[in-house]
Amino acid sequence: MSALILPAMLGGLTTGAIYALVALGLTLIYGVLHIINFAHGSLLMLALYGVYFLHVWLGFDPYLAIPIIAPLFFVLGYALQRGVIAPFSGGKEQNVLLVTLALSIVFDNLALYFWTSNTRTVAVSYAYTMVEVGPAFIPLPKVIAFFAAMLCAAILWLVINRTRIGKAIRAVAIEKRGAQLVGIEVEQTYAVCFGIGTACVAVAACLLIPTFYVTPQVGYAFVLVAFTTVVLGGMGSFAGALVSGLLLGVIEALCGLFLGETLGQIGIFVAFILILLFRPAGLFGQRTA
Amino acid sequence: MTSRDENWTTSAISRRNLLKAGAASTAVGLIGAPTVLRAQTPTVKIGILEPLTGALSYNGTQARAGAQFAIDAINAAGGIKSMGGAKLEPVVADAQSRPEVAAAEVDKLAQAGVSVFIGCQASALGLASSQAAARYNLAQVFDVGTAEQVVERGLKNVFRFTPGVNKCTSTALENLKTLNANAGNPVKTAAIVHEDGPFGSGLAKLLNERLPGMGIQVVETISHPTPQRDFTNIALRVKAAKPDMIIPSNYINEYTLFAMALRQQRVETKAIYSILGGGASNIKFVREQNDAAQYVMDCNHWYDPRKPESQALAKKAAEAKLDMTYDIMVAYACIQLIADSLERAKSGDREKMIEALASSTYSGSIMPYGPTKFVNGNNEGAQPVNTQIRGDKIELVFPKEYATAEAVFPMPPRG
Repeated sequence: MSALILPAMLGGLTTGAIYALVALGLTLIYGVLHIINFAHGSLLMLALYGVYFLHVWLGFDPYLAIPIIAPLFFVLGYALQRGVIAPFSGGKEQNVLLVTLALSIVFDNLALYFWTSNTRTVAVSYAYTMVEVGPAFIPLPKVIAFFAAMLCAAILWLVINRTRIGKAIRAVAIEKRGAQLVGIEVEQTYAVCFGIGTACVAVAACLLIPTFYVTPQVGYAFVLVAFTTVVLGGMGSFAGALVSGLLLGVIEALCGLFLGETLGQIGIFVAFILILLFRPAGLFGQRTA
Repeated sequence: MTSRDENWTTSAISRRNLLKAGAASTAVGLIGAPTVLRAQTPTVKIGILEPLTGALSYNGTQARAGAQFAIDAINAAGGIKSMGGAKLEPVVADAQSRPEVAAAEVDKLAQAGVSVFIGCQASALGLASSQAAARYNLAQVFDVGTAEQVVERGLKNVFRFTPGVNKCTSTALENLKTLNANAGNPVKTAAIVHEDGPFGSGLAKLLNERLPGMGIQVVETISHPTPQRDFTNIALRVKAAKPDMIIPSNYINEYTLFAMALRQQRVETKAIYSILGGGASNIKFVREQNDAAQYVMDCNHWYDPRKPESQALAKKAAEAKLDMTYDIMVAYACIQLIADSLERAKSGDREKMIEALASSTYSGSIMPYGPTKFVNGNNEGAQPVNTQIRGDKIELVFPKEYATAEAVFPMPPRG
């Protein structure tokens, strides 16, 4: 068993990178703007189908699909916030929750209707290319996803902390009315933020699909872990989402190894409760008054 | 007479003529109608209750297509001859992958006047629908419903044409024993990887009891939840246990990830042997993960590919751009069984249908079954077969009388 610990930890880190990737978009939407986006998993599913069909119909490699899928999903996210979530929720948080839940049901069932529940995977030549790290074999796509998660977190941090729109997003997150008073278009900022978050989930889909599958229900496998990752990392913290995603991946892998896979996923939530008990604001969150 | 009068006269005559013509045609219609009705071919309504939406929609839509192919073929061949060439008329209902809906849809089928129906691709749906159908004395021919509970309730309207889980498991183990013995017993140890629901856990328990009796020691039994996002750990544990054979027992999504993880972690084994395996009889899995799928064996529902009717069905499915899955095969065969029973019953009466099905000794379906023999609704003539993924095809490899290819057992090292 001891020989399996290091490979399991490395495997856990790469799985955790996927959790972090999915959670990064949510960090922006939920962590920064406090929009409880239940449709996050469904948007991941739509993006996975997008990559899948680009691959099957046009022969696009999933990684080369990023420049197409990410802008498309930015527009989709922007349009959803401007055209559906904002008008139907009237700015009330409980309404946002219901609207995004409704969106997720609509998306999932439309996917089921048009694409059926058949499992689809893409066959890429490098899916079985392994990178040897000590005693462990790690699939190349997972290694790529690991570094891409770090890059995405860094880019998002730069966007939020070093750009004008980032400043506007932070201002809206801290004090909506104050931001309005200084001339920031709040609705526009919300939509751009939602768009960036949705584009992030599209990038995650491109990095995930070489080692995963797509079905209309695939979002459920990630959405709960994504919310856990965001809260555990600290609301709105990209470094937090990255570290907590990696941590949850390792915890799940080790719990699976020692307690059995069925209990492995419980480990995620036990760790979540324990960490929040001692650090209520999350790993990288800032305590508020 | 003025030109206006002329016009009026012409117009009046036209109207009269028109009225006469109308009356005449109505009279002809009234007299002629019974003649037309007498000339119409009689029809027998057959219900197709499948999960067309929801989680099982893929299986359901495939099964509906299979049933429709069979109905088209039977109608094209002259319909039910003992009933004056009666045509089969499908009445399609959607079970929505939910047992309560499956039960409710039976009411609609009964009201639509179906003589019998097929369904529902999953035991949970079939259990609900057959119970509802019992109220109408309406026979249900199960296409897929492996849970033994299906045939343990004493319902006389239940006819499970395909084998249940007990038969599948015992046949799979007998076939495995033969394959292993023929190869000089290279398989001495096994690892079982199963989903932790009733299907996977039940099968794992049964295998743990039965394999040691066959001289195969179970060195590792690993359960996992559904969904399981990563199989690296499990593949590593299997690799460490060094089993001669791996028996996966999980659904298609997890099956795919597991097969990929085994390949990625370079797990070498002499056999990957599934029983009612999620991916091993799925041509999409073969197409998309061809490398990981090679030499994987399954014991599952499958047709006899050598029969001309099977080949015609495969052609039709290809023309309709449908993957040839066992859902299509079993639904097709169920309609064949119903057509045979109608021939003998000479009537679409529900009671007579139940009697005809109960006494059926039909052996002409596309399935590799012996004559039908229903005992408490369970077809004792049914049997699963072994398939193996070879190249881009799913070949039937055992029993030999139906085989399209020799089984490769043990499988060669995959490198």
